[in-house]
Amino acid sequence: MAQIICKDLAVGYDGKAIVQELNFSLNKGDYLCIVGENGSGKSTLMRTLLHLQPPISGNMLMDDELKADEIGYLPQQTQVQKDFPASVREIVLSGCQNGCGIRPFYNKKEKVYAKKTLEKLQIAHLEKRCYRELSGGQQQRVLLARALQATQKVLLMDEPVSSLDPKAAEELYQLIQSLNKQEKITILMISHDIKAAVTYASHILHIGQPVFFGTKQEYLESAIGRGYSDFSGGAED
Amino acid sequence: MSDIIEKANLYFQYSFVWYALIVGVLIALCASLLGVTLVLKRFSFIGDGLSHVAFGAMAVASILNISNNMWFIMLVTVMCAVLLLRTGQNAKIKGDAAIAMISVGALAIGYLFMNIFATGPNLSGDVCSTLFGSTSILTLTEAQVKLCAVLSVIVVVLFILFYNKIFAVTFDEVFAKATGLKTEFYNLLIAVITAVIIVLAMNLVGSLLISALVIFPALSAMRIFKSFLSVTICAVIISVFCALIGIFVSILSGTPVGATIVVVYILAFAISCVIGKVTGGN
Repeated sequence: MAQIICKDLAVGYDGKAIVQELNFSLNKGDYLCIVGENGSGKSTLMRTLLHLQPPISGNMLMDDELKADEIGYLPQQTQVQKDFPASVREIVLSGCQNGCGIRPFYNKKEKVYAKKTLEKLQIAHLEKRCYRELSGGQQQRVLLARALQATQKVLLMDEPVSSLDPKAAEELYQLIQSLNKQEKITILMISHDIKAAVTYASHILHIGQPVFFGTKQEYLESAIGRGYSDFSGGAED
Repeated sequence: MSDIIEKANLYFQYSFVWYALIVGVLIALCASLLGVTLVLKRFSFIGDGLSHVAFGAMAVASILNISNNMWFIMLVTVMCAVLLLRTGQNAKIKGDAAIAMISVGALAIGYLFMNIFATGPNLSGDVCSTLFGSTSILTLTEAQVKLCAVLSVIVVVLFILFYNKIFAVTFDEVFAKATGLKTEFYNLLIAVITAVIIVLAMNLVGSLLISALVIFPALSAMRIFKSFLSVTICAVIISVFCALIGIFVSILSGTPVGATIVVVYILAFAISCVIGKVTGGN
């Protein structure tokens, strides 16, 4: 049973579509990398999937069990967060908001769960630390922990490794992979890193002309995938 | 020293001194609560802008001879606050420019109206006391004190009830919205509370110095502490403490209330910076 289905979806701003005819479906436990050039509409698609903006046309179906607020999101860091005085614990707990409703404070269950998540991501020792003093990799783990408070099903990520050094990026990829494999969390990730995309992802959505969607294997064999991965692979070596 | 105590004793027999202290503390408390959020959301100047709007509204109200002008000022200011904070994300005119525009515009309109329809003989005195709040805190009526107390309690209760949600919206609005929080509502709430505090604070420091009440305690607390909760609590303590000292000093030495309080804030900020440096904060 598919978890997320997009049919002839067009996304964009102010009634103007940036990308059209997006067709793809994801099952539970899939790992999708969304690749494409800057400005191709990757982030717009993600914002649409998060219900932050309406689709221009087409359909976006979510599994019945997957309510709109059961999606975890790992956004790109904002300027505001760089000097924000907040402890790791405060930030991670703030991911529980969707379960709170009008209840003003967090309950015991949420606090215990937050602790477990921190342990799972190996950052339990940072619980009392100030967010702005952490390294880039640690900050991403904290935001990942917050996203995991909000969901157990689907995680959307917007270039999670873009500000990290290669070692921290590799560690974060491993962590995301283990969440995907062990907890069966569906991953949708925007990435510029084609190499990592074809290493870790099960499916690739290439936004451009034309739009490509398929498994990793199909992507590597397609004309667009061959051109793209050869090019960026060559550039990096 | 004994002179000062004697003088203080004498002053404390008057109810207006108590009124000034009560209102001063309440306003300092509310302003600093919201200040942390506003500073972190990059809305430091909203206090300044809204206070100018309140000034303009006050001028218009006195011309129209509206008897209870507090409500009129409140209404206009709340409306402007909603307008400013709502248009934050996708406006054609960006946040800081919009604030600057509305603030300067309201100031000009207010002063122009006061000039054209001058009601009293001492125009520059009126303008000066509205802008710098030189005397109004010492002429508060009991009704005004009660209103201020009620509104302050409402602000504090709302802040505590929505504390976690305000944190979520402040730290990462996109994430909060994506996970189902009604961020528009909370932004609106923050805007309305800010406007209410601004109007209340006009009595204390006048409309030019209100930003100080919002910004200084938050910035001082951020020098020393590193979690949102500790910063908020520290900001409140610093703010109330400084307001008390400022009011005392100004009453005893006859200096303008608003300006004195702000100078105390500046000193507190300097001390906080030193403490932050020594304890290794950044």
